[in-house]
Amino acid sequence: MARLSAPGNERAIFFDQVALRTPDGRPILENIQLEIPRGTVTALLGRSGSGKTTLLRMVNRMAEPTSGQVIVGGRATTAWDPIALRRSIGYVIQETGLFPHFDVERNMGMVPEVAGRPKPEIAARVRQLFTLVGLEQELFGHRMPYQLSGGQRQRVGLARALAAEPEVLLMDEPFGALDPLSRAEMQDMLRDLLGRLHKTVLLVTHDLDEALYLASRIVFLEAGKIVAVLPAEEVLRSKIPAVESYVRAVRRGEPRTAKDSSASPALPESR
Amino acid sequence: MSGFLAQHGSEIAELTLEHLWLTAASVLLAAGIGIPTGIWLTRHRRWAQPVLGVVNVIQTIPSLALFGFLLPLPWLGERAARIAITALTAYSLLPIVRNTYEGIHGVDPTLIEVSTALGMTGWQRLRKVELPLAAGFILAGLRTATVLSVGIATIAAAIGAGGLGELIFRGVASVDNRLVLAGAIPAALLALVADGLLGWMEGRLRARRAAP
Repeated sequence: MARLSAPGNERAIFFDQVALRTPDGRPILENIQLEIPRGTVTALLGRSGSGKTTLLRMVNRMAEPTSGQVIVGGRATTAWDPIALRRSIGYVIQETGLFPHFDVERNMGMVPEVAGRPKPEIAARVRQLFTLVGLEQELFGHRMPYQLSGGQRQRVGLARALAAEPEVLLMDEPFGALDPLSRAEMQDMLRDLLGRLHKTVLLVTHDLDEALYLASRIVFLEAGKIVAVLPAEEVLRSKIPAVESYVRAVRRGEPRTAKDSSASPALPESR
Repeated sequence: MSGFLAQHGSEIAELTLEHLWLTAASVLLAAGIGIPTGIWLTRHRRWAQPVLGVVNVIQTIPSLALFGFLLPLPWLGERAARIAITALTAYSLLPIVRNTYEGIHGVDPTLIEVSTALGMTGWQRLRKVELPLAAGFILAGLRTATVLSVGIATIAAAIGAGGLGELIFRGVASVDNRLVLAGAIPAALLALVADGLLGWMEGRLRARRAAP
């Protein structure tokens, strides 16, 4: 299987002047210039329709830019065989997309299975995956997806994405469908897991707290454009208007400074 | 009554087998043509309406007329069974093509998306995801086609293709209700058994992936 890593290549993903327009000329993404360093967790944050999911899908060529290019592992995605590219990238989505007609083990081992790996190798890998995502194989191995809770399904979805030991992991609102408690539990699990595995992760979310908790760098998207790229620790004190308004919107109950809570509608200073 | 059965029993059995053969051959043939056609249509959507329209129109041709149309054709027209199987195959196409198309078309788009994102080839997606998930639908189409064919096959006797229709036609001509029933009851039983059997398979398929 093709590897994404090329020695001496410190950026895992590079969006080079990426733009996407609909056939009738409406821009979905504009002028995207973004580097994702290897081994980092980057969150793409923005409201619905800001283009964050589309940007994510360009990495495994589920979408293609109309201009510019996306470089993955040193090569433009269009230069990759799309099947090989997708098998080498992990992918997790909100509703997990587990195959309802396969049991947990079969779901977890699907990527090596379609890549034609030998059965004993898949079985061994599946055993590791159960431990990795904190599920008991004896208990869950032969259950069908509908017999699992939301959090358990998400663990299986994560295990499936990690099965082929991808260097890059794409996560599209992975915990969006979970209740707050399961969500927190999954975030802890994922944070712990990512701390050990050193994957390059691109995480799409509209949840600022989730982004701050999991990612080291946060990319703010608005109407198809990048409006800010910040280290996680700088987000809360950023003076960039788009970032400030995002922070204010999700932290309404907890004013950050006296100035914020004052009644004066003073415009925030722009940087 | 027992005298009647003693006299016609072996004939009934023979004609039932003949009937079964006509039906089974045409449904299998229709499945061989219809399932790939249905799959092809899911890959070439713009052809779906025209093709489904054509198989729909075939369905509206009265069976006796269709048998008649096929009669003068070379090779086909030489043997009544060939005509009967051709016509029955044509009638079976609609439920099979339509259910295959709609079954695959109805698979959750998220799963199609995930299949692609996990790096499945088109063939793997078909074999591992689309066909298994559409199987209940496709089987339901086969079931409709089978029951339909068992019924229409009785009319094939009008062109001398045999089957249980022969007893019915003879009974009608000689005003002998026992002969009519001797054809009609086994034909009805065949339809019920086929329906029950395929329905049972369908139920098992659904049970395996079970409730939402």
